[in-house]
Amino acid sequence: MIERSPLFDFITYATMILGMFLVLVPFWITIVAGSQNLQEVSQVPLNLWPSGHLVENIQTAWTRSDLGPKMINSLIVAVGVTTGKIILAALSAFAIVFFNFRARMICFWLIFITLMLPLEVRIVPTYSIAANALLPFQTILDVFGITGLIETLSGVRIGLEWNLLNSYTGLILPLVATATGTFLYRQFFMTIPDELVEASKMDGSGPIRFFLDVLLPLSRTNMLALATIMFVSSWNQYLWPLLITTDRKNFGTVVMQLKALIPAQNGTPDWNVTMAGALIIMLPPLLVVALMQRWFVRGLISRDK
Amino acid sequence: MERRAFYQNPVLPWLLLAPQLLLVLVFFYWPTSQALFWAFTLEQPWGGGNTWAGFNNFLYIFGDGRYWATVARSAFYAIAVSAISMCLALTLAMFVDRALKGTRMFQSVFVWPYAIAAPAAGVAFRFIFAPEAGLIGAVNEMWPGIWNPATNGFHALGMVIVCHAWLGIGYNFIFFLAALQMLPKSLSEAGAMDGARPYRRMLDIQLPLIAPTVFFLLIMNLISSFTDSFGLIDVMTEGGPINATEVMVYKLYVDGFKGLDYSGAAAQSIVLMLLVIALTFVQFRWVEKRVHYN
Repeated sequence: MIERSPLFDFITYATMILGMFLVLVPFWITIVAGSQNLQEVSQVPLNLWPSGHLVENIQTAWTRSDLGPKMINSLIVAVGVTTGKIILAALSAFAIVFFNFRARMICFWLIFITLMLPLEVRIVPTYSIAANALLPFQTILDVFGITGLIETLSGVRIGLEWNLLNSYTGLILPLVATATGTFLYRQFFMTIPDELVEASKMDGSGPIRFFLDVLLPLSRTNMLALATIMFVSSWNQYLWPLLITTDRKNFGTVVMQLKALIPAQNGTPDWNVTMAGALIIMLPPLLVVALMQRWFVRGLISRDK
Repeated sequence: MERRAFYQNPVLPWLLLAPQLLLVLVFFYWPTSQALFWAFTLEQPWGGGNTWAGFNNFLYIFGDGRYWATVARSAFYAIAVSAISMCLALTLAMFVDRALKGTRMFQSVFVWPYAIAAPAAGVAFRFIFAPEAGLIGAVNEMWPGIWNPATNGFHALGMVIVCHAWLGIGYNFIFFLAALQMLPKSLSEAGAMDGARPYRRMLDIQLPLIAPTVFFLLIMNLISSFTDSFGLIDVMTEGGPINATEVMVYKLYVDGFKGLDYSGAAAQSIVLMLLVIALTFVQFRWVEKRVHYN
């Protein structure tokens, strides 16, 4: 602070409190409504203080939309996407930054262009690929006449098929297939001084050794940041799981269940159950962000700039 | 910085890149080219392959008044969401950047909306804005029928915009604050020596200096409000009442998955892709220029 300005300090606090109010209102309403019983939540105007029925509402929401298995599914997807992304991103960024090979820049651009088009934009064809993930290879074989060749030679017709609908692989893989993490790792690897590479070479370590013993320990912060970002974004996925899981009972995720929790137009307006459900569904990523804030903020910023 | 020390190996980089390249090929390039293929062909209703349709799919959607209404609505939606969210986040970041006592607490709370799933926030906001429930309901009791997003399209659109803007506060706040904190303190101090009061310094020193971040965030916000609104709209309004909240992504979903009109949906995808690419391009061009002048 440069000078004393009590009036402006007051305005600063007032604005921040107003902002906090604005940010917290939805959370507060969710908690308040989620802790009331049906009669209390239907009151007009609503009593803005929590009541004592939170646990019982959560239990109702839990059984009504079968949240137990769905939570596990969400967790599997979130952890799967997060680990998958971290591993793939670290490996590919390593190859792009530390190896000198001819197609380096082409690979770089092939991966980075994917940042431009979010999944939502190409959702229809991505969905159709999920019905048979090996279709591209089948088509390549067909186009080059390899299928026909093998058929005449051996009498066996190649039919590649790998259906991803209603599977964890289908839920996870398309979300891994973007460049966010690669970009973050690349930005970080670029800051590693040449001398470190030379020194490790001098000490006789090969690329793999260098990657495991030098780069990975150095990029721990980076990894935490990426993990937070990926966990939040994959837990919160809605459209993709909705499309790829027709068998909701076994493969549905929690976020998909939210819509079913909303009271029907002419049904019982039990918003208390809805809100209790929404509360536990939004809690895991919120906890992750609150705990990891320091790292993930750094990660977000170096990712996009 | 150009790297000088490299590893040389003919096979290893390809092995390292293979998984990522394969995934990107299968789940990005293939679908994107397929969308292109579909957009220029017409699928036969009873199978039997696709027939070449040229630009007919595009002519069809561009000749459809309803599609243009959706485009206009999406543009309005994106601009409103970005403006509201960025203004709020910028104001908060400017004040948090003064780093008065106890600011850290506010700072961490302002990030929270980033963590919330859009549909979850949608549920909460739907309750807040439900005409019969306890919050807006009280207003409706005083002036009956003044608010009803279930029948009034403007109310519904406004409700979704407010919710989307709220969700964006966290992300925007992080970037604005980071940009503000990177500014050298000496500039503000020099301003103070010249007699500029804090709010003057905010408007005339800090704001112009973070203009690049403002621009970067504007593009990011526009892109995400064009592409990322599906979950919210599906939970809050399902595109209704009478299509009043049907934006481009939602129409694409409805036409493609409910109407099974792959060619039409693919053409819409291409339009949306071009839009996003154009926005990204504007950003790249601008960033390039900025680097040049530096």
